[in-house]
Amino acid sequence: MFQIPRFRKLCFSDFPTRGLEDTVIQEAKQPTSTVEKPKRRRIRIWSYVDSFFWTIGYLWTAWWLLLFLYHSVPVPALHQAPESPGTRLSREGVKANHPVVLVPGIVTEGLELWEGRPCAQGLFRKRLSGGSFTDIMRRPLCWLEHLSLDSETGLDPPGIRVRAVPGLVAADYLAPCYFAWSVLIENLAKIGYEGKNLHMASYDWRLSFHNTEVRDQSLSRLKSKIELMYVINGYKKVVVVPHSLGAIYFLHFLKWVETPLSHGGGGGGSGWCAKHIKAVVNIGPAFLGIPKAVSNLLSAEGKDIAYARDLAPGYLDSELLKLQTQEHLMEMSRSWDSIVSLLPKGGEAIWGDLDSSAEEGHTCIFPKRKSSQPSLNVLHRQNISVKPVSCVKQPTKYGRIIAFGKRASELPSSELSTLNIKELARVDSTTNGSTSCGEFWSEYNEMSQESIVKVADNTAYTATTVFDLLRFMAPQMMRRAEAHFSHGIADDLDDSKYEHYKYWSNPLETKLPDAPEMEIHCLYGVGIPTERSYIYNLATSSSKCKSSIPFRIDGSVDKDDVCLKGGARFVDGDENVPVISAGFMCAKGWRGKTRFNPSGMETFVREYKHKPPGSLLESRGTESGAHVDIMGNVGLIEDVLRIAAGASGQEIGGDRVYSDVMSMSERMSIRL
Amino acid sequence: MPLIHRKKPTEKAPQPEEEVLDEGSQHKHHDSKTHKKSNNGIEKVKWSCIDSCCWFIGCVCVTWWFLLFLYNAMPASFPQYVTEAITGPLPDPPGVKLKKEGLKAKHPVVFIPGIVTGGLELWEGKQCADGLFRKRLWGGTFGEVYKRPLCWVEHMSLDNETGLDPAGIRVRAVSGLVAADYFAPGYFVWAVLIANLAHIGYEEKNMYMAAYDWRLSFQNTEVRDQTLSRMKSNIELMVSTNGGKKAVIVPHSMGVLYFLHFMKWVEAPAPMGGGGGPDWCAKHIKAVMNIGGPFLGVPKAVAGLFSAEAKDVAVARAIAPGFLDTDIFRLQTLQHVMRMTRTWDSTMSMLPKGGDTIWGGLDWAPEKGHTCCGKKQKSNETCGAAGENSVSKTKPVNYGRIISFGKEVAEAQPSEIKNIDFRGAVKGQSIPNHTCRDVWTEYHDMGIGGIKAIAEYKVYTTDAVIDLLHYVAPKMMARGSAHFSYGVADDLDDPKYEHPRYWSNPLETKLPNAPEMEIYSLYGVGIPTERAYVYKLNQSPDSCIPFHILTSAHEEDEDSCLKAGVYNVDGDETVPVLSAGFMCAKAWRGKTRFNPSGIKTYIREYNHAPPANLLEGRGTQSGAHVDIMGNFALIEDIMRVATGGNGSDIGLDQVHSGIFEWSDRIDLKL
Repeated sequence: MFQIPRFRKLCFSDFPTRGLEDTVIQEAKQPTSTVEKPKRRRIRIWSYVDSFFWTIGYLWTAWWLLLFLYHSVPVPALHQAPESPGTRLSREGVKANHPVVLVPGIVTEGLELWEGRPCAQGLFRKRLSGGSFTDIMRRPLCWLEHLSLDSETGLDPPGIRVRAVPGLVAADYLAPCYFAWSVLIENLAKIGYEGKNLHMASYDWRLSFHNTEVRDQSLSRLKSKIELMYVINGYKKVVVVPHSLGAIYFLHFLKWVETPLSHGGGGGGSGWCAKHIKAVVNIGPAFLGIPKAVSNLLSAEGKDIAYARDLAPGYLDSELLKLQTQEHLMEMSRSWDSIVSLLPKGGEAIWGDLDSSAEEGHTCIFPKRKSSQPSLNVLHRQNISVKPVSCVKQPTKYGRIIAFGKRASELPSSELSTLNIKELARVDSTTNGSTSCGEFWSEYNEMSQESIVKVADNTAYTATTVFDLLRFMAPQMMRRAEAHFSHGIADDLDDSKYEHYKYWSNPLETKLPDAPEMEIHCLYGVGIPTERSYIYNLATSSSKCKSSIPFRIDGSVDKDDVCLKGGARFVDGDENVPVISAGFMCAKGWRGKTRFNPSGMETFVREYKHKPPGSLLESRGTESGAHVDIMGNVGLIEDVLRIAAGASGQEIGGDRVYSDVMSMSERMSIRL
Repeated sequence: MPLIHRKKPTEKAPQPEEEVLDEGSQHKHHDSKTHKKSNNGIEKVKWSCIDSCCWFIGCVCVTWWFLLFLYNAMPASFPQYVTEAITGPLPDPPGVKLKKEGLKAKHPVVFIPGIVTGGLELWEGKQCADGLFRKRLWGGTFGEVYKRPLCWVEHMSLDNETGLDPAGIRVRAVSGLVAADYFAPGYFVWAVLIANLAHIGYEEKNMYMAAYDWRLSFQNTEVRDQTLSRMKSNIELMVSTNGGKKAVIVPHSMGVLYFLHFMKWVEAPAPMGGGGGPDWCAKHIKAVMNIGGPFLGVPKAVAGLFSAEAKDVAVARAIAPGFLDTDIFRLQTLQHVMRMTRTWDSTMSMLPKGGDTIWGGLDWAPEKGHTCCGKKQKSNETCGAAGENSVSKTKPVNYGRIISFGKEVAEAQPSEIKNIDFRGAVKGQSIPNHTCRDVWTEYHDMGIGGIKAIAEYKVYTTDAVIDLLHYVAPKMMARGSAHFSYGVADDLDDPKYEHPRYWSNPLETKLPNAPEMEIYSLYGVGIPTERAYVYKLNQSPDSCIPFHILTSAHEEDEDSCLKAGVYNVDGDETVPVLSAGFMCAKAWRGKTRFNPSGIKTYIREYNHAPPANLLEGRGTQSGAHVDIMGNFALIEDIMRVATGGNGSDIGLDQVHSGIFEWSDRIDLKL
C-alpha cells in the first residue's frame, strides 16, 4: 500500500499545470550550462519509463480499436457459418418429441465448493473445476486439498464439501469458450427442447457410482427426474445421452433402478427401463475401460485424466515451488474412486494376453489426422510412399499393457521373467525412505527398493496381471476401490454374487434390463491414435530425495512408426477410448440375444471419422472425432436429434463402421 | 519530446518567484517551446499529441494493473478486517452462530422466488436476438436492455391475447439456485440465506429453488412448463431422500401467492390439479415461512397497471431511468414498458383483494389514525410520541380512497363527493392521440369521453378500482380475470371455488387440511409504503397515458403521510402491513372458515434499521421488501425452523406495528 502514493507521484506529480509552469520558470531561470548534466541523466531515466508507458498505451489503443472494429463489423461478414443441423432439421419438420437426459462424463462436469477450509475463503459456490481455473493458479495446494477425497472412505474429507453443479450449466462449457455439451444443447433447443424436456444429470464424478447415491442420492434424483419427465411430456419415453464415463454410470443406473430397495437398489421394479427409456445413445463410451487409466494410476501420466497438468504444464511441472506437483496430482487422482472404474475390464480375453491381441495386424495409418500432429503427418507421408510393410510384418504385442523396457515389450512370452507378484513381500522401508519426502503421503514410500526392481525386471503385464501390479503398488487405493468396482468377466451371470453393486457398472458382469424395445447406440470417433499400451522404465531418482514415483513412461522409446511413440503404443480410437472399448459391446457383446443381453434389445454402432478443422476459424471443427470435440460433430448431432425426435436406429441408417471393430470383435473368444 | 522536458522535479522552484514571474511566464514558455522545436525536429512535435495520449493511457493502465495486483495479493480477510476496525466487531452471521450451538441441517428447504427477482433466459428468439441463446434477458447485468432495447422489450413481452409465448419466442425461467440468488451482480436476493444455510450443512440435495416464469399466470406455468408438477415431484423427492422429513417452504413476495395456489392445486383432482390427494400437504410440508407476502395484494399494482408508475413492478424503468425516460430515440419508452408489463398476467395477481371490506371505503380504513413519522425520526418511541400530538393538527387520511382525482377530493368529506358513474359512459370515437397507435395500451380505444368520465368519478375505492381497470383496459382484465379473482367468498363450499382462478386468493380458498403445518408471516415494518394515490388528468398532447400521479400534491408537514401524490402507511416499502399480516393475524388465526383444520399461524415483524454506514452494504437489519432477505434475525428464524424448531421455539408473535388493532377493525365473517 505504501507504494501507491510513491507511484502516483512518479506518474502524475508533474502533470498539473502549476508544476508545468514551475518547470518552465526553473528552466528559464537557471543557466543552461550548469544544469545540463544532471538534467540529461534525468531525461534518460524518464524516457525509459515514458517509452514503457507509451508502448503499453499504444498497444491498448490498438487493441481497443481492433475490438471496436470487430464489434462494429456485422457478424455474417466475418464467417459464413454453415447451417447447424438443428436449423436444418427444424425446417424439415423434426420436432422435439422424447425428453432428453444428458449424462456428462468425467472431468467435463463442474464441481463447486459448499464448505471449505480457511484457505478457500470466498469461494463459496464457486467452481473448483470446469470453470476458469484461475484458482488453481492462485492457490494450487488449497485447490488440490479440496478436490481430493478421503483416502480411507472415498468420501468427503472432514470439513470439506465439494458438490456437483446442477443443471445444464454443469457441463455445457468445460472452460470459457471450450464447449462440451453446449453445441448439442443449442441444436436440441432449435427443434424445441427447453428446461422441461431436457435435463443434465450431473453427479460428482470423483466418487464411486454407489457412493453418489449414498452421499448425494444422485441416482434417486435421476430416477425421479426421468419419471417426472416421462409424465409431464405426455408419457413419452426418455432418450438418454451419456458421454464417456457417463456411459458406465448409466449402466450402473440401469441395474440399480430395477433392483429392489432391500438390495440397495432403486426399487423401480423390473420393467422400469422398458417403461421409461426409449434409447441410450452413448457418446464415446468407455464400456471396457481405457488403458490410459492404468498409466494414470501408476505414474500420474495419463494425459487428460490428469488434465490439470495439461492446463498448466509448465507451472505445475516445475519444481520451483518445491511442490512435487506430479506426486500431489497422483495422490489426488488416487483418492478418486471413479478412475478405478476406467481400468480395462474383461482381462486378457478382451485386451489380449502376452502374445496376441484382437488388434493384431492393426496398421497404424491415420490418414485424416493432419494438422494436429505434424510429426505423425510426416511419417505418414513417408509411409504412403514406401508402403507400410514394417508395421504388418512384426505384429505389435498390444496385450502387454505395461512392459518394462522395450525389449520386454517385444520378446516372445517364454523369454520373459516370470514373477508371482502376490508373493513379493512388502518390506517396511520407512528407514531407507528419505525423511524429506516423509510428509507427503504416497504408498510408494512403504516399498523397498529391491521389490521395485524385481517388479520392473524384464516383465510385462497384461490387462489381467496389471491388477496384481496395481494392488502391489497401491494397496490402499485398490482395496477401497475394488469394493465398488469389478473388472472381470462373469462365467455364470445368474450367480447371486452378481447382485452386488460392484458388478453393476461392468457390462461383462451384468445383464441388460429386460426391455426388448429399448435401443442402445454406441457413437464414437475413429481415426485418431489412441494410447493402448505403455513401455515403462525405472525412474532415476531425483537429487533431493527418493522420487515417490518409481516408474516413468519411457518417453525415449520411439520408432519410425506411428504405433509406437513416446513410450506408448497406439491403436485406432478417439484419442482417449480405443475402438475395442467403445464398440465391442454394441458390435458383439450385446448384439442379438446374448447372455449379456437376454431380452435381445437392438444395438447400433455409429462411427465418425475424424477430420481436423480446415482452418483456424472453424476452431474445433464440425467433423472432429476426438473424445470431447465429437460433441460438436454435425453428423453426431444430427443422429442424436433424429433419435430424440423419434427415429429408430434403423431409420438413421443402422450401423456405420469405419474401423475394423467387427473383425476385431470376431477374433475375441467370449462365450455369449 | 517536449513533454519529457517538462517533467522535472518541482520542489526546487521557489514559490514567491512564481507569482512575480507569472506575467512573463507565458512568453517564456513559448520561447522554450520553440527552442525545443529547433532541437528535436518538427516531426516529433507533430507526434507529441498522440504520444502523450498513449503515454497517459499506458500510465493509467499500469497504475490500474498495479492496484489490481495489490488487490489480488491482499489477503482475502483484509476487507473484513478494515470493516471491523471501523465499525467494531461484526456480529456472527446466523449460520456461524447456530453452528456453534450445534444445529444441523434437518428439514429440506424449498425457496420460491417472487416477481421480478427470478432470472429469465432465452431459448428461442427472433433474428435480432442472435447469440443470446441461454443468456439471461432478465437478471444479471441487463446488458441487453442497453444494447437492443426494442428487441429486449419484444422478447420479454407475452402474447397479449393468450398470455403465453408469442410465436417464435421462448423465454424460460433459469433453473436451480442460480435463478434468484443474485438479481444483478452484487445485489443479493437469496444468496445470504443460502450461504447461511450451507454453514449448517445444507447443500443442493436438500435445498431447492422452485424457479418459475413469473410473467405467466400461475395456472399457465403449469400449462406451459409443468412447473407445478415439477415442484411437486421435487418436494416429494426431497422428502423421501431426506428420510421422510417434511419440507420447509420459504416463499418471498409473489411466491407467497404462488405457493398458496400450489397448495390448492396439489390436492385438487388430476385434470385441473396435481392429484396429490387430500393429505398431500400434511404429509410433505412442515411449515410455510412467507417473507413479505402480499396476501391481499399491493396498491402499487394499481398504479402500475393504471399508469405504469409504480416503482418496482416496472423495475425496468428504475434500472435505467435516464435512458428509458428520454425520448431521444423516440422510443416512447414508458409506453413500451407499460405495454410489456401489461402482457404479464402475474402483475394482476397483485391487485388489492377483498375490496372495501379489507381496504376501507370512502370514509374509513383499517389503518385509521396511523401517523407517519418523518424520515428523520429514527427510533420508534419518538415517532409514537410525536404521533399523538400531531393527530390533532393533521387531518386523518382517507386510505380507503385508493385513487382520487385532485388533492381536495382526497381530503373531502364523503358527503361532499359527487361521483358521476363512469361505468356506463360512452367511450366516444375520437382518438386523443394518434401517435400512440403502435403502442398497445388500450387508451387509444377509449376516446375523450371515456377519459373525462373517469376523471369525473373523482374517488375510487378498492372495489371501484377493479371496475375502473376493467373499463380502462378491458382486454387485459378479461385475460386476467380468467386467472385471478379479487373478492371475498361468502360460502367457501360453493363448487365454483374449485376453479383455479380462486386458488391464489386467500379470501376465497380454504387452507389444506394439515393441522400440524405452521404458517409464518415474516415481514419488515417501519418504512413508508404506498397505499393510496392522488391522480390528475394529463392533457399534454405528446403523452399516450392520459393520467399521471399528481406529484405536486405534498404536505409541508414533516409527519404527513402524503408525499408526492402518494399516501403512505407502515410496511416494507412495497407491501403494506395490512396485506402482509392480516391473514396470519386474524383470518387464519385459530379455526376459521378459511382455516378449517386450525393450522397455527405466527407473525414475525422486523423493524427496519437502515445500514449505519456504506461499508455495511444493504444492512443486516433491514426491513425493506428485498433487503430483508439479508436480515440476520429473519435468517435465524428460518434456520431454527428448518432445523426442527416450531413457532414457540422462535418466540411466537413479534409485532411492532398496529396490525392486530387494524385487523380488529375489519369486519369479516370468519
